[in-house]
Amino acid sequence: MGAGRRTLSGVRLGAGGVAPVALLALAVLAAAFLCLLAGPFEIGAGRALAILFGAEEGTREARVILGIRLPRVLAALLVGAALAAAGATYQAIFRNPLVSPDILGVSAGASLGAVLGIFLALPVAAIQGMAFAGGLGAVALVSAIGAAVRGRDPVLILILAGVVVGALAGAATSLLKVMADPYDQLPAITFWLLGSLAAVTGGDLWPTLPAVAVGLVPLVLLRWRINVLSLGDEEARTLGIEAARLRGLTIVCATLVTASVVALAGVVGWVGLVIPHLARMITGPGFGRLLPAAALMGAGYLLLTDTLARTMATTEIPLGILTAVVGAPFFLWLLMRGRRGWA
Amino acid sequence: MRLAAEGLAIGHGRVRVAGGISLSAGPGEVLCLLGPNGSGKTTLFRTLLGLIPALEGEVTLGGDPAGRLSRAEIARRVAFVPQAHLPVFPFPAREVVLMGRSARLGAFAQPGPADREIAAEAMERIGIADLAERDYTRLSGGQRQLVLIARALAQEAPLLVMDEPTASLDFGNQARVLGEIAALAGRNLGVVLSTHDPDHALALGTRVVVLHEGAIAAEGAPGEVLTAELLTRVYGVPVSVETLPGGRRVCVPAIG
Repeated sequence: MGAGRRTLSGVRLGAGGVAPVALLALAVLAAAFLCLLAGPFEIGAGRALAILFGAEEGTREARVILGIRLPRVLAALLVGAALAAAGATYQAIFRNPLVSPDILGVSAGASLGAVLGIFLALPVAAIQGMAFAGGLGAVALVSAIGAAVRGRDPVLILILAGVVVGALAGAATSLLKVMADPYDQLPAITFWLLGSLAAVTGGDLWPTLPAVAVGLVPLVLLRWRINVLSLGDEEARTLGIEAARLRGLTIVCATLVTASVVALAGVVGWVGLVIPHLARMITGPGFGRLLPAAALMGAGYLLLTDTLARTMATTEIPLGILTAVVGAPFFLWLLMRGRRGWA
Repeated sequence: MRLAAEGLAIGHGRVRVAGGISLSAGPGEVLCLLGPNGSGKTTLFRTLLGLIPALEGEVTLGGDPAGRLSRAEIARRVAFVPQAHLPVFPFPAREVVLMGRSARLGAFAQPGPADREIAAEAMERIGIADLAERDYTRLSGGQRQLVLIARALAQEAPLLVMDEPTASLDFGNQARVLGEIAALAGRNLGVVLSTHDPDHALALGTRVVVLHEGAIAAEGAPGEVLTAELLTRVYGVPVSVETLPGGRRVCVPAIG
């Protein structure tokens, strides 16, 4: 049997180390440039390049590219990469290819925080802060429940606790929606819950970027141990891994990554569930290659989706709707392929 | 390096499975653990490996209480071969074997060429070098068992604990693995293994411990301990022990 992995069409690609990741990176870069050109205000490729390299300043075109499209393209790349990377991580450490970044109540907690912020009419930065705190708070609560219930499968307890905390946060969010001002606050809440990059400015990216980086760096460094942990707690422990500690650290990192981008973009579903699957088909399950591939594919996927969201119709389509429309049927197809699809 | 247990009581939380267990295995020894289903063999192994705490007594590895050693230190002293299982993600067999090197890597380190070399040698030894690139999840139960044994060898620990290493193997692979275990003991590894087949204990055990009804029912040299009377009592079916021409002894249960 040759050294290769099954891909979507059943063709074997070389499992070679850097090539797929480097190709993906190039493809994402090219896509990012093309998406900079997309929009109602037409700007040619040459002119856009000139603007990007600082040869043109102060014109209307420069303001559109640098002030409006570039932050949005960068935000889409960042959010997509972060969600897919977090999804790949959660799937590995929970040994379940069906879990997603919101499995531990991150999204539900972050939503509650943000909706509370909108309800209290706080400024945008404070709303993002509340979303971040809500996401981390939900996971802290889930972890505390996991630590309190002993003598059972710790992974199962964490996932069930995530469902419970997520449901509670969802109930509180619904209560706030009922109480919110239907003309002013409710549309803002709804839009946020559907996920959108429409309001992102260059300034929003700066606090998000380091938070995502701080979460991703330990995941990259621990990539070998995360592989071992995906065999199961007991087996990892007999191989010399402190399983509970490693999983705790990994959850904190992946949650930091997720909560930071949920605070920026709202709830964008499906990316963290579907993209790691696709990436795994190309790179195999080895986390060292899976993580960068998933991040790049997530970045590319969300970039294309967001570009569609802002150009398809005269009114902006919320991102969460598009990712669900694309993601849900794809996921169904994955399920129907059976266990082979985990490859 | 010796693995030893003294006055061990095992169980989960408040549920006591067995007690009064003392055993020891060192270089060149093969300690076979026999006992009917549910007698606590797996619980005993989990306790010996420090995965669950002992209810009473203490496990020592090379003289140090296992409870005071880090997981990495335990893994450098004792390698464990679990029963073949099906993990979720299809790692190539080569990578599964390579995971045996984890206890010797720093927290942020990746296995290097030397580790890959050791993993390849371990697969070569077990005779599964041709499985290296195959997905572990697509191997047969027996092949997976052999991969796990190779992984334990790659761990390079002086002690080896094996939970029913022959359980999912066919006739030929059983003999092959038993031969490999004898060879490992010949290279001065200490082996503790559980088995459902008293013949295996007779064939390669230097000592045997029989676990029955929450205590050690018998302990000693397999040839002396494994009598027809003991096996009949422990397994609840009439068993006779025969000697083959050439001197090897086999256990024959009555069927029907």
